[in-house]
Amino acid sequence: MMESGGETYRVEDTMMRIAAACGRERSHSYVTPTGIIFSIDGPDSGTRLVRISERSTDLQKVTDVNDISRRIAQGQLSVQEAIQLLRELETAKVGYPFRVKLLCAAIASGCFMIMFQGEWADFAAAFVIGGAALSSVTFFHWLVKAKLFSELLAAVIVGVLACLAVQIGAGNQLDKIILGSVMPLVPGLLITNAVRDLIAGHFVSGLSKGAEALLTAFAIGSGIAFVLAFYNGAGW
Amino acid sequence: MNMLEQLVTSFIGTAGFSVLFNVPRRTVVQCGFVGLLGWLIYISCLEVPADPIIAALLASCVVAVISQICAKVYKTPIIVFSIAGIIPLVPGGTAYDAMRSFVEYDYETALQLAAKAFMISGAIAIGLVFSEAINQAIRKLKIN
Repeated sequence: MMESGGETYRVEDTMMRIAAACGRERSHSYVTPTGIIFSIDGPDSGTRLVRISERSTDLQKVTDVNDISRRIAQGQLSVQEAIQLLRELETAKVGYPFRVKLLCAAIASGCFMIMFQGEWADFAAAFVIGGAALSSVTFFHWLVKAKLFSELLAAVIVGVLACLAVQIGAGNQLDKIILGSVMPLVPGLLITNAVRDLIAGHFVSGLSKGAEALLTAFAIGSGIAFVLAFYNGAGW
Repeated sequence: MNMLEQLVTSFIGTAGFSVLFNVPRRTVVQCGFVGLLGWLIYISCLEVPADPIIAALLASCVVAVISQICAKVYKTPIIVFSIAGIIPLVPGGTAYDAMRSFVEYDYETALQLAAKAFMISGAIAIGLVFSEAINQAIRKLKIN
């Protein structure tokens, strides 16, 4: 769940509930974005540590795990069945095919451009560049496993394409086009999750999520800024 | 500003975004509606005109309340709806403007914009937490 972008408290809560349903009332869980520690008190006590390295947003998985835990807590599922279901979920390819996501990213970019007071004349440009943003970030992430690097390169591509679009007359407002097109990259989920964790008292989680969001925002900002610096300087 | 075009684009935009976040298929349309309502409140507040920070606070509060109702009705974690709802409110534009001002050596404007972006994201988070706190309080009062 943590890998898929669930809230910290929900992960902790889920683990404690499952433990309680299995007859282990006294359990402790400590969840951070990079690792989970879980221990059970009592005569046959035990502790587990799980390391988390990949993080993304997959709310389908969060929902499914939540369903399973609810059924365990209500006693509808035995432990073996639950483990079986979770294993299946881990390997299952849930979610939408990439072309659907691409289309959605493109449409969403166009729509956001309009919402930020853009002109309809720029819709096509934002549509194309928003799609390019998602495909390039996916491609670069597949190429190199460094998140920061893939986001930076994707932002550079967005910047170049947006400048080109304005240059050849396919768009008018450079700012609005860039704004709409980077929306698929912007770490909106992370930022708010970070502040929520902080307010809830999960300081380690909040700060590390905040750092991740800040890095992403920095990558996008500097990628775009890099292109704009050349564009304004050279004046082509 | 054309209200109708804002409504349509905010609906489609947030629904599209929720697909990127892999929300369950049966909740995509609801996510769009949550986003639409949040954006509607936000831009109506701006029309009054109210402070953008207050507007974001109010809008995210409403988004959280609706998300809680949706989460109960559809038996889905609340995050599925609240994320879709706040996506248009998140100050990506302000953050971008701030970054751009930094590059153009206009540090005064840049710092102002950065502070504003920070305040708005804080307001969104407080709006979300506030409604959650009220919800908890209500539940506790009911039990006791």
